[in-house]
Amino acid sequence: MIRTAVTLAAALLVAFIVVPLAGLFFHLQPGDIIAALRTQAAQDALRLSIITTFCSLAITLLLGTPLAYVLARATFPGRYLVDAVVDLPIVVPPAVAGLALLLAFGRNGTFGPLFGALGISLSFSTIAVIMAQTFVASPFYVRAARAGFAGVDRTLEAASATLGMGPLRTFAYITVPLAAPALIGGAVLSWARALGEFGATIMFAGNLQGVSQTLPLAVYLNLESGNLPVAVVLSVILILFSLIVVVTVHATAQRGSR
Amino acid sequence: MLRFDLRYQLREFPFVGAGEAGAGVTIVEGPSGAGKTTLLRLIAGLIRPEEGSITLNGRTLTDAATGTFVPPDRRNIAILFQEYALFPHFDVAGNVGYGLRARNMPRAERDARVARELERFDIATLAHARVTELSGGQRQRVALARALIVEPAALLLDEPLAALDRGTRERVRAELAAALRQVSVPTLFVSHDPAIRELFPGPAFHIDSGQLTQLP
Repeated sequence: MIRTAVTLAAALLVAFIVVPLAGLFFHLQPGDIIAALRTQAAQDALRLSIITTFCSLAITLLLGTPLAYVLARATFPGRYLVDAVVDLPIVVPPAVAGLALLLAFGRNGTFGPLFGALGISLSFSTIAVIMAQTFVASPFYVRAARAGFAGVDRTLEAASATLGMGPLRTFAYITVPLAAPALIGGAVLSWARALGEFGATIMFAGNLQGVSQTLPLAVYLNLESGNLPVAVVLSVILILFSLIVVVTVHATAQRGSR
Repeated sequence: MLRFDLRYQLREFPFVGAGEAGAGVTIVEGPSGAGKTTLLRLIAGLIRPEEGSITLNGRTLTDAATGTFVPPDRRNIAILFQEYALFPHFDVAGNVGYGLRARNMPRAERDARVARELERFDIATLAHARVTELSGGQRQRVALARALIVEPAALLLDEPLAALDRGTRERVRAELAAALRQVSVPTLFVSHDPAIRELFPGPAFHIDSGQLTQLP
């Protein structure tokens, strides 16, 4: 009796996830795919999404790796606070994040005049898209990398040092390779989060074709303007990316646990 | 000659001790948690003492009074760790050659030196084996080859036999003793294995609750 109930509950939730996503594919007409991909808006969105997500990923890796290492290794006053702050964007609603970015870096925001004096207008630009993505997505990488670094046996780093390797080379030859499954998993997850970014982007960067209209924003705009087939095609592209991400994350997690 | 006079605060008591060790094996004994590993970590430069100094063959490695502290990667002091600390993502040859790579030795020369070292420790057939697939005795040979290939100025051993099961320990102990007799640099050997003390009846340090005394 209980077993049946458990099975039913489990099946219900799985079906609830699978059915709508799989359903999208049934809305797909072969002719639509070509037609949709031929539109300038779809091509712009696809190109913009790829460029911006790789830029935000690069920033995340560059700044997030040292941060994750410090959080995993160093002891300093306020470490737990920094730890919590880093996780904050994961739970803050994206629209709120977008508003916060706008009020900080927008033309009339706190730092707006500063950038304005340099001739830079951040809001409603491609840079704003990258900033919004980095803001919401980088914590996923930092979390994973922090756990990865914390899991590396420090005796191995000590062994490397006593054999003559300096701190940077020890990091490159020992720490990073041993934390690699966590680093790759976190990077992929954070990239996927950036690709799906909608709320913060539309608040801070707007929805301008070729400038700030990434794939999720293009899905929204095409649905709003009654262009359902294009919205479906772009959605299917996003789902395919998501599938690749999920498979990669599971594969690296398995390799890491071996 | 290795000379030290150190003070380092541990959780429950300070480690305090002065001593000197010449060429050959000096046993470091005492109950667990007394500070034996701390002494090795201080000498290797993995931790900094609050007070005191360390000199090796006249070279000052640590001197709290002047703020001198040579980092571990520039001390040329090799350690044989308790569970060997072999790098799991390198094969046997990669582990043994690691210290030469640190010294930027050209690839060809390094490969030749590694091959000779593997020969010497009778592990040439294991050159491309993963270290995770080795037996306890083989692991020890790899660790020893990795430590000695760099011709360290001092060698530190932290209970290298503790991780082995009783059957292999006897054979590995004899093997280790034979290898250590050929080492002519100051060698501190942390062990509370009475059989090791019998094999090396010479000088020893006794550490109890952080207090080091030099036995003749």
